[in-house]
Formats: sequence, C-alpha cells, structure tokens
Amino acid sequence: MAAITDDSIPVTPSAIRDELIAFGIMTALLAIVPLTGIYPFFVMQALCFALLACAFNLLIGYGGLLSFGHAMFLGTAGYFTAHALKVWGFTPELGILVGTAGAAGLGVITGVVAIRRQGIYFAMITLALSQLLYFIYLQAPFTHGEDGIQGIPQGYLFGVFNLANSTVLYYVILAGFLFGFLLIFRTINSPFGEVLKSIRENEQRAISLGYKTDHYKLLAYILSGTLAGFAGSLKVFVAQNASLTDVHWTMSGEIVLMTLVGGLGTVFGPVVGAFVIIAMQQYLAGFGQWVTVIQGVIFVVCVLTFRRGVIGEIAHYFRRSL
Amino acid sequence: MQALYAQLLVGLINGSFYALLSLGLAVIFGMLNIINFAHGALYMMGAFCAYFLLNIAGIGYWPALIIAPIAVGIFGMILERTMLQWLSGLDHLYGLLLTFGLALIIQGIFQNYFGSSGLPYAIPDELKGGMNLGFMFLPIYRGWVVVFSLIVCLLTWYLIERTRLGANLRAATENPTLVRAFGINVPRMITLTYGLGVGLAALAGVLSAPINQVRPLMGADLIIVVFAVVVIGGMGSIMGSIITGFALGVIEGLTKYFYPEASNTVVFVLMVLVLLVKPSGLTGRAT
Repeated sequence: MAAITDDSIPVTPSAIRDELIAFGIMTALLAIVPLTGIYPFFVMQALCFALLACAFNLLIGYGGLLSFGHAMFLGTAGYFTAHALKVWGFTPELGILVGTAGAAGLGVITGVVAIRRQGIYFAMITLALSQLLYFIYLQAPFTHGEDGIQGIPQGYLFGVFNLANSTVLYYVILAGFLFGFLLIFRTINSPFGEVLKSIRENEQRAISLGYKTDHYKLLAYILSGTLAGFAGSLKVFVAQNASLTDVHWTMSGEIVLMTLVGGLGTVFGPVVGAFVIIAMQQYLAGFGQWVTVIQGVIFVVCVLTFRRGVIGEIAHYFRRSL
Repeated sequence: MQALYAQLLVGLINGSFYALLSLGLAVIFGMLNIINFAHGALYMMGAFCAYFLLNIAGIGYWPALIIAPIAVGIFGMILERTMLQWLSGLDHLYGLLLTFGLALIIQGIFQNYFGSSGLPYAIPDELKGGMNLGFMFLPIYRGWVVVFSLIVCLLTWYLIERTRLGANLRAATENPTLVRAFGINVPRMITLTYGLGVGLAALAGVLSAPINQVRPLMGADLIIVVFAVVVIGGMGSIMGSIITGFALGVIEGLTKYFYPEASNTVVFVLMVLVLLVKPSGLTGRAT
C-alpha cells in the first residue's frame, strides 16, 4: 500500500539548505508585496489560509492523518477572538491568545476521541465532530447564528501597531504567518517529527520500537489544531467578521484541496496551494456555483493525475526537497 | 402521546435512509476499499431521476422505483470504470478525496440549474391517505417506506451472506488475487458492487422524494450523519449496518420529542460516546 506521500526525500543537510533558501525567497517576495500595488486584502487572506493549510499538512503529510474537519479550528478560534475583541473589549494580542487557546482546548477534546481510529475512519470522525460543532455554533447565542459576529474592532496590537492601517496589518499578518510556518518547519525536522514520519510509514514497527504512537499522534493533532486556530484568529483582523461558513464542512474540503494542489507532505506546497485556490475564488467569484464544480474537477484531476501537487512535482523533477 | 409516535415514525423513516445508505457504503468499502463520499450526491441523483421521469417522460412512481436505481447505478459503474478503478493500490484516502470531488461536481451542477429550494414530488395515488391504528394516525406512504426499506435491506443481506454470488464477493473482499486465480472476474464484480451500492443510495433517494422534496443538497448533510452511523456501527457486518441505521434513526426521533435542541447532534454525540467506550464500533473489527 503506497503511503500518501510516496517519495519523500530523506532529510539531509542539503535538503535543509534547499528549504532554507526557498524560505528566504518566499519571505522576500511576501515582504515586498505592499510596494507592488497588489491588493493587500487578497494576500492577507491567502496568508491566513496558507498557515491553515500548513497546519493541516503537518497532520496529513507527516503524520498520515487526514482530518476532514479542520474548519472547526478555524471557526472556533475566529468566534472566540471575535467575541473577546467585540464583547469583552480585549486588546488584539489577548484576543489572538483567547482564540488560539480555544482551538488548543478543542484540539485536546476532539483529539482524544479522533485518534482512537486510523485512516479512513479518522477522516470520517473528524468530519462528524466538526459537523457537531457546526450545529452547536448554529444554536449558541454568542455566535449570532446565521448572521455571525460582524464589525469587529481591529485596535492597536501591543498598544502600538494600528491594525486599521492596511500596511501595518499586512506586516502583522505576515509576521504571524512566518512565525507559524517556522514553528511547523522546526517540528517537522525535530526528533518528534521523525517519530511522526515513522508512524506514518509503519505504525506497528514504531510501536514495537517502544514509541507510544497514540501520544505522538495526539500531540501532532493538538499542535496542528492550535496553529490552525492561530490562523483563524489572524483571519478575524483581515475579514473583520466570524461566521458559520468558517465552520462548515465545505471549508474543511477547501483546506484539503489547497494542500492537495500544492503538494501533500511538502513544506511549501500548502502555501502555493492556498494562493492558487484563493486567487481562483477571487477571479471566478462571478460564476456562482460553478466555482464548486471547478473545485470538484480540480480534486478529481489532482487525485487521478497530479498526486504530488505543484511543489511536489517541482521537487521531484529537480530531485530537491521543498 | 400522538406526537411521540409521530416522531418515532419520522425516526424510523430517517433510520431507513441511514440503513440503506450505510449498507451501500459498507458493501462498497468491502470491495473497493473506498469510502464513497459521493454517496449523498448519488442519493440526490436518485430523487432527481424520479423527478425527471415524472415531469419529462410522464413516468410515475412505481417504474421510477426500478428505473432510477438502475440508471444511477449505471452512472456509478461508469464512474468506477473511468476513475475509481485507477486508485486500487493507492492509499484509501485518495478514494475519499476523489469521491469528495465528484460530490462537489454533481451537487454544484444540480445547484446551478435548480437552486437550493425543494421541488415537490407527489405521493402516488395508491399510497395516499392514512389509516387509524387506534393509538396513532399512520400515513400510508410513510409506513410503506419503512417496510419496503427493511425488505430491501434484508434482501441485500441475503444476497451477500447467503447466495453463491455473495460468497464469491466476500471471498474477493478477503483475497482478490486468489479469487481471480479461480477464474472469477473480480474487476467486473467490483464494478457491479459499486453499482449495487450506488443503486441502493438512489433507491433511498426515490423513496425520500415525496417526503423531503427534491433538493440538490438533500444528500450533502445526510452523508455526514451516515458517516457517523458507519463509525458507530463499524463496517464489518452487513446486518450490523442495517440494525445501527434503524436504531439511530429511532434514537434521533425520540430526541426530537424529548429534547428537540439536540436532535441535530445526537448521532454525533453517540459517535463520541461509542468511540470512547468501544473504539472499533459496535459490530466492527478493529482496524
């Protein structure tokens, strides 16, 4: 049975060097965006989704666990942050903390349940859990149901940075994205990440080597959920609302799609995938439901002919690790 | 008391759909090792097929009950031949992703042409009206759906567990290479199995058309509940799927009566409880 990332290249000093060079290029490109006249709202939104997809990829690409409910972290953190900012009048940094902590707590609770099964069942369980949460948020008074929480104040981060200024907000979001990205990068290349990969390749063998695989999987799940929540908290400042669409299963599907397009189990794939999908949604917004159909077609084409994704294909062609 | 019985009946009807759909999922998973995410979309296609037959060709409910499952089943077999068969040997998760994409395509196309509102489909004349059972009023059509679904479920169980064809099928699930060595055409059997599972979903769609109306997204949320049903029941046993499906429908109906706020979530909460107590599901083998 071929694993979901069948030709991963072993981590060597040169692989790390390639990845660091690519990271430098990505950071430089993203840093000059406000000077180019590209609509910053679009890039900020894409950055939030890129971090979300990277967090998702940590679980599927390195742990072999396909979560079909990652929207629950996005939505939960979004609601918590929005509520803290608007109703409790928290400062932005505390708001982000509340949202991320909420997602972490959700990760602990749902993780204990979900990691009891593997493979296909894990996907179905996470999907069902996120649907459970969707119905809870639909009925809970603080989310304002179908309307969502709107008109969220952006405020001053650390009392200094005016987040209502779009350039300042852009660099804050970029800093948050890079922080999350580097954390994931560090995790992948740590001893913890190596154990995670060994569980993906052969869980029985990892168990027989004495690893408590359930602990590793749970920790990876919580870390992934927390970072996905962090992305959801950041997104509140960009979109200035928190709504049910962020908890719906279609959103979970989009997260999967972004990662699949970019390349499952690649370091930079989810970032590229997020930009591709968000750009596609922007340009095709006028086509209504056809966007759903096109997303479906991309799913089918990717699975049938393009399983490595954009970055995976490039990395495979140049025999590099990206 | 009337309201309780009415909710119990609604629960039994939903249970019929859960049973028919989870049965199809289990049969397909057994042969193809794929969780068919498009199952909800194909259920919806069954209902639309009945709707088209009536409104375009003037073909009524009874023929539709046979034609729609066959038509959608053939459509499913085409999907299997052209796409799903290329996934054998790959990780299970790719099957889920591919069929999720198919579900998006099918639902998106129908939404484009029919919006999100429901289209009415009349109850056939023979099943109109109701009868008074003394303790409750039973609409005949609803009683028919429960009884007919149960019969179809039991026939499917008989086909798989008690016939020669079913024995071959179960053998091919265990060891396809060996069964091929005996001269049995396993790829054709896989295609037919997929068609059977899809046909059951389409049949459930036709049955639900007069009750729930015909909507492009009628299967989208249902399939997630059915996933939870499958996790609770486990996919190891055909009879297990049938019983779990009906039982969960009834529990959902009771919840609607006693604590309506939780009726949307009760199946998911039960899934969590079952996972905490018996992770392999009520009838399933450990995976």
